[in-house]
Amino acid sequence: MSPATEEPLERRAVISGIGQSAIGRRLGCGDMDLTVEAALAAIADAGLTRDDVDGLSTYPGMGVGTPGFAGPTGPEVQDALGLSLNWHDGGGEGAGQMRAVISAALAVGAGLARHVLVYRTVSEGTAQGTGGRQGIGGSGGSGGGVPRFGGFMQWSLPFGAVSAANWIAMVGQRRMHEFGLTREQLGQIAINGRRNAALNPNAIYTDPMSMEDYLAARIISTPLCLFDCDAPCDGATALIVSHRDVEADLDHPAVHVNAVGTALRGRPSWDQFDDMTSMAARDAAASLWERTELAPRDVDTAQLYDGFSVLAIVWLEALGFCGRGESGPFIEGGAAIARDGVLPLNTAGGQLSGGRLHGFGFIHEACVQLRGEGGPRQVVRPGGRAPEVAAVANGGGPIAGTMLLTRGVR
Amino acid sequence: MVADGPSLRLLPRLDDDVAFFWTSGADGVLRFLRCHACGFYVHPPGPVCPRCLSRDVAPQEVSGRGRVETYTVNHQQWIPGSEPYIIAWVSIDEQPDVRLTTNLVGVEPEDVSVGLPVRVVFEQVDDVYLPLFTPAEVGGTAGDDGEGGAA
Repeated sequence: MSPATEEPLERRAVISGIGQSAIGRRLGCGDMDLTVEAALAAIADAGLTRDDVDGLSTYPGMGVGTPGFAGPTGPEVQDALGLSLNWHDGGGEGAGQMRAVISAALAVGAGLARHVLVYRTVSEGTAQGTGGRQGIGGSGGSGGGVPRFGGFMQWSLPFGAVSAANWIAMVGQRRMHEFGLTREQLGQIAINGRRNAALNPNAIYTDPMSMEDYLAARIISTPLCLFDCDAPCDGATALIVSHRDVEADLDHPAVHVNAVGTALRGRPSWDQFDDMTSMAARDAAASLWERTELAPRDVDTAQLYDGFSVLAIVWLEALGFCGRGESGPFIEGGAAIARDGVLPLNTAGGQLSGGRLHGFGFIHEACVQLRGEGGPRQVVRPGGRAPEVAAVANGGGPIAGTMLLTRGVR
Repeated sequence: MVADGPSLRLLPRLDDDVAFFWTSGADGVLRFLRCHACGFYVHPPGPVCPRCLSRDVAPQEVSGRGRVETYTVNHQQWIPGSEPYIIAWVSIDEQPDVRLTTNLVGVEPEDVSVGLPVRVVFEQVDDVYLPLFTPAEVGGTAGDDGEGGAA
């Protein structure tokens, strides 16, 4: 970005508070209980009261997805917490799950609100408690008449391409063909996540995982095995997005929004996107670097979406932490992405082991690391320096959003 | 042996804009919407050509030939009772940036690779003709364009 360019609007925003509910495979409590727990924690963390909150934003909002996916709607949360709002927003379209955070930052920058409560709640663990992991299109033809499908799912459901696991498996297979990616390389994403999850008391899976364990896991859709797929869970994450002028009032470092990446330049579908090895991550990442003076070498930790392991390596390349097609060698052996590596990755365990908090877990962990509150999993950079710049990415395939967060102004 | 597809075919609705595509195989021919102004194949179907914005679009026959862009062997029982089956993205020869999500039939996973030439075969389920693909030269019989080559 040239120095003469106007400051990006999102740079007026900080994440002033963070909160998380209990997180577990089967908590059995309601979406709203989880949301309230996280929201009240975030409000308190920001040093605010309920009456200070004048904005509300969520992903995906009303009536979207399989059971346990959507969480309570904005209006339900407004009512539950008795909020009086100057601005509110929710939706499932946009730059990944973090669209809710990006819109909040822009609203704060535009003066529409001063303190926005942003949340994402899932209860997929409980919802799937009596069955296996569900495909996105539904659970198939058990009981009653089998419905027919329109919309984008009609192009994949008839062929049993029911789940994102199938679509992302094809991305992985294509990467094996074009770049020589191996299962042993891919396994480092899962193993790294598990190693970090062991130091996260809220993580779902913490038992050590070896490469032998990874390679022996049952296949879901070649080349992806069970450990390449994230762990459905129950949990809510909440953030307070505030104007940066609150920084002096905080009793902890403000996490500044440095830039956001929102582009979608290819065709917006899994099977028609021009580059099958990257998709929208390529575009979102490119637009991120167009809005900042920072560069990939400045990033101290990366929290990259790993709903499936392949997505994390797509993001590693898209964001420029290694060259196109070079993520396999980059992660081989796991040293580069370990907590003491050149790019500490998914330090709370990611979604593979930390639980499928659906994008927001990465934002939360970036804040934890930038605030120096990681405890035993805190990243310490060479020379004993605390992390100052974190890259966060959400989404996969035709859905992607990314942000750079910093401790202090950069 | 892998299966031709899942144990249950979840079917598309034959809405007005897509019915031609899903019933095209009734005469053994694959068709896509094509722009008459610039020649662009428009898929999934839409009322306007995204390249030249002409609204002069209509279904047109294609050769039914293409190539495997990538694939996966599904093992998970998303649909109960399914045996492993091959899902692929297949591009069409007429315009390689048009791809279909499909199943590969008449071939085992070890014989599938990116770039494999394939041709369409249709599986009829109720009023829907699903375009599936099989290696263009099954059993090494060059030039075999006959029906049911997957047998």
